[in-house]
Amino acid sequence: MAIRRILIANRGEIALRVIRTCRALGIETVLAASKTDLDSLPARLADRTVCIGPGRPADSYLRVDTIVQAALGVKADAIHPGYGFLSERAVLARLCEREGLIFIGPTSVQIEAVGDKLRARAEAEAAGVPTAPGGAVETVREAMVLGREVGMPLLIKAVGGGGGRGMKRVDRLADIPSAMELAEAEAGSAFGDARVYLERFVERGRHVEVQILGDGKGRVVQLGERDCSVQRRFQKLIEETPAPNLSADLRARIHGAAVLFAERLSYRNAGTVEFLVDLERDAFYFLEMNARIQVEHPVTEAVTGIDLVAEQLAIAEGRGLRLKQSDVRSDGCAIECRINAEDPARDFHPSPGTVRAAVWPSGDGVRVDTHIASGSRISPYYDSLMAKIIVHAADRPAALEGMRHALAATRIEGVATNCAFHLDVLGDREFQEGGVDTGFLPRFLERQRVDQEVRAHG
Amino acid sequence: MTLTAKDVAEIMRLLEQSSFDSLSLEIDGVKLNLQRGSPAPLRPTAAATPAAESQPVPSAPPKSKPPSEPGLAEVISPLLGIFYRAPKPGEPPFVEVGSQVAEDTVIGIIEVMKLMNSVRAGARGEVVEILAENGALVEFDEILLRVRPGA
Repeated sequence: MAIRRILIANRGEIALRVIRTCRALGIETVLAASKTDLDSLPARLADRTVCIGPGRPADSYLRVDTIVQAALGVKADAIHPGYGFLSERAVLARLCEREGLIFIGPTSVQIEAVGDKLRARAEAEAAGVPTAPGGAVETVREAMVLGREVGMPLLIKAVGGGGGRGMKRVDRLADIPSAMELAEAEAGSAFGDARVYLERFVERGRHVEVQILGDGKGRVVQLGERDCSVQRRFQKLIEETPAPNLSADLRARIHGAAVLFAERLSYRNAGTVEFLVDLERDAFYFLEMNARIQVEHPVTEAVTGIDLVAEQLAIAEGRGLRLKQSDVRSDGCAIECRINAEDPARDFHPSPGTVRAAVWPSGDGVRVDTHIASGSRISPYYDSLMAKIIVHAADRPAALEGMRHALAATRIEGVATNCAFHLDVLGDREFQEGGVDTGFLPRFLERQRVDQEVRAHG
Repeated sequence: MTLTAKDVAEIMRLLEQSSFDSLSLEIDGVKLNLQRGSPAPLRPTAAATPAAESQPVPSAPPKSKPPSEPGLAEVISPLLGIFYRAPKPGEPPFVEVGSQVAEDTVIGIIEVMKLMNSVRAGARGEVVEILAENGALVEFDEILLRVRPGA
């Protein structure tokens, strides 16, 4: 069925991103916006905006019934959930299925399959995709047996967690009983699911994820990987493709594993299969699957020239995959910096407020996805992402150089941002060499802190 | 009963503080006509009314028409949903123009995915305008109807 009108159940830059592709395709957009967001850029650029509730997300963007009622009320054919908010809530997908609305994403069953991390792990094993040594544990006795087998250190993970939430590191076998008790109690209150599982803790690991598209009938193509190892407290800051300093063999195996996993689920729509690359063992393990369009999707678009949102829409319309694997080509290198309204000098504390002036970079190979212009307000209700600056160049050194120029040309007044911090990271030798592990950013911050102390006392 | 100068001064002060533009009073044959803001012509609507909320929505045209008279209380939609004026199809509406309402008078129903939510007037007085259409989508914070405050 052709989609004529879409309800966008999101805000910020991703709402604008969806509007952009819809415009190009001649699809009408209705933005479901909170009262706080009524004067935002996406609200101005959507064909229509409906006010779904007050600023607090729990009273607006997170209300499944209100979103579906809004879609029905404006006679939309489909709902695009963006990322975050309701994007990976099976209840929304299910309600759409029941009401005859197209959910631009996977089926509710697929969302449930990947949302339950233990089930996703079992699916990975069944698909022949490597997982970190570990497994489900129901009792402390089981945990002790499995813990001895897996070895130390290990992680106790919440089945309902994901994205870095609900994990506990254990360094000594003797600590398992108390850590497990605590993990179960926390998981119960945070996710409404007290189940936990064990996994080997990888001391030096890289976060490498693969973008896939599935038609929902078992056909899957992969659009290459993204390296998202530059993270602070599991929040990605810089993403790039291709993953630097990864052997051709390992890269090909990771791509293949992502396809196997998505094929096993007959996955529908755009998705990302995340892996942890174990640098010490030259191995990789399935981490989880994100059943949505991701923040960092533009780096993949830059090197492949494929509009991922347009592909999402085509799949949602039942037109299947318009690409064969051999159609997917990757050209050059792309890097993305997330510009957040946060203050690195104050432990990255959010910095909401009114943006007095915003000047974004432009030029060859530079793309900026943002909803922020001079006069925009950054509300404390929502995450602090202001913009994504993406630079595409022939190779990594050129992309890094281009990003330095782009960041230097960026001028934001009124709120604190992490622009200068990004420049510091880009200037770091370890980062420039490429292929850093997820421990890089904490190490970098520690080096910065020590340098500052030395300067202060010298 | 006669009006003293002090009474007139007090009435003027009350008018100054109110949202009304003019006042006509007749007590025991004494007529008092007061008008706020010197040379301004007598205009009953919009301009002088407190511009509701200053919620700028640059793109969309204003969703509700301006009030027909100043000083009206607005009954605002507490949520997004389908607005129904009557308890059931075919039944008479909860309120009509001219109905007297109290704070807790139900003025309509908003349906959100089969869940019916009663909307109460929240003001006491007479219904003078009904803006929301039966069976239509109303948004959060949209004006459903206006009430002339009274006893």
